[in-house]
Amino acid sequence: MRLAFILGEIGSGLRRNLSMVVSVILVTFISLTFVGAAGMLQLQINQMKGYWYDKVQVAVFLCVDTSTAASCASGPVTDEQRAEIKNTLDSPAVAQYVDTYLYESQEDALGHFRDQFANSPIVDSVTADQLPESFRVSLVDPEKYEVINEIFSSLPGVEVVVDQREILERVFSVMNIASLVAVSIAAIMIVCAILLIATTIRLSAFSRRRETGIMRLVGASKAVIQLPFVLEGVIAAVIGALLASVTLWAVARFFIGDWLAQQYPDTAFISEGSVLLIAPALILLGTVLAGISSLLTLRRYLKV
Amino acid sequence: MIRFDNVTKIYDQNTRPALDKVSLEVDRGDFAFLVGASGSGKSTFIRLVLKEDRATRGSVYVAGQNVANIPSWRVPKLRRGIGVVFQDFRLLPNKTVAGNVAFAMQVIGKSRAMIRETVPEVLKTVGLEGKDHRMPHELSGGEQQRVAIARAIVNKPGILLADEPTGNLDPTTSMGIMKVLDRINQNGTTVVMATHDNVIVNDMRKRVIELVDGVLVRDEAEGIYIGALGDSK
Repeated sequence: MRLAFILGEIGSGLRRNLSMVVSVILVTFISLTFVGAAGMLQLQINQMKGYWYDKVQVAVFLCVDTSTAASCASGPVTDEQRAEIKNTLDSPAVAQYVDTYLYESQEDALGHFRDQFANSPIVDSVTADQLPESFRVSLVDPEKYEVINEIFSSLPGVEVVVDQREILERVFSVMNIASLVAVSIAAIMIVCAILLIATTIRLSAFSRRRETGIMRLVGASKAVIQLPFVLEGVIAAVIGALLASVTLWAVARFFIGDWLAQQYPDTAFISEGSVLLIAPALILLGTVLAGISSLLTLRRYLKV
Repeated sequence: MIRFDNVTKIYDQNTRPALDKVSLEVDRGDFAFLVGASGSGKSTFIRLVLKEDRATRGSVYVAGQNVANIPSWRVPKLRRGIGVVFQDFRLLPNKTVAGNVAFAMQVIGKSRAMIRETVPEVLKTVGLEGKDHRMPHELSGGEQQRVAIARAIVNKPGILLADEPTGNLDPTTSMGIMKVLDRINQNGTTVVMATHDNVIVNDMRKRVIELVDGVLVRDEAEGIYIGALGDSK
């Protein structure tokens, strides 16, 4: 009975304040979409880290004809120099850091290049002798890159030592900044949402002050008087959170799944399943925001 | 049922107290008029009984309990034992007569079956049988006040407080309302009615408690209204 009564009160409250309720829904929708987007970016970064860190290597590029580095002043790498580099890699001092290494000849490099830029016209104009040969070194601990760098940079015949992880880190830092921007926008929108929920509840309490006044007089409990208002805010916020979840799912499914994944087939992308991880958090966040802001508002405007 | 023990209520330090060292007792089943001019402290008395305000000094006892000691979460229970009627009826305009009365039961969680059974009964008590489905704006002032009374007593409170219930009504209609209040009192409910309607007070010959500027000046059984002090109607 009491439940039916409270539900009825909520229904009439939502109807009476329809325009405010719609604005609460939209504001929570937008703010939680940004929160969720930031979350998905973080998931994507983790995904890529897991995928790439296994594959990344330190590349020790050797000198070619066209090299301009100071260490390549004596021209392309010689057979002795190459053998010396290989010996250094095998020496116990270095081997303890090295998991595996691979020699990539100029022909191999051309093959990889062609695979990577298969769709680009640049492929036709590149020849094997323009590409440097290299040793691809996998480290036991990727953090020990500096050691390898120090040892090999100074060896004759080495043009440059490149930590591929660094390239990835740059990508990740861009993604981190993007998720930071999303979180900042979300924070502002959440403040808007809280204020808007507070205003809506206040209006709602004001438009029903006759009812609540009578409820107080006949001895209705605080819960019965306040719950409809709190739930009104919570319901609006949860609808906003659901809309945000659906939007994020659609982005994951159609933008990332159908488009991005096809554009970059060699990159691991998060799937729409990750939204299942984020959606409950968004709904919880929406509920808590609405609950807290309406309780604080009611404490001031609806004394029992 | 209601006991005031040297109660003083000060709203604003710079003005005289709304109630000044008032001591009185209303027993179970009593019918008492609270008379006095506007601003004499009648409404303050009612607010203190309902614990809408707290006394600055002294103690207010309702049903043997010092209201100052009732924690805020128990205040609804206190109010369930007290019905209140106002000069301006305070009905919900979008609910029918029966809906208005049922509202008081719904909000304290009474069952649907009980509401269906009790509401027509109470409407009969106040003389509104057959008007269950009318809207408040279709009723006369007297009928609206009867609805308000029905709502106040539907949960069977031990006390009925009426704050100028006939203030907006003509003398004939007022007498009808007084008959309803009298009948409720006959059924054992303690009734305290604040008024400055001398005709009614003189006609009923009930206990009269008179306040002047917050001071209790007169408390007599079967009294009459003496309009000489301030409000002469």
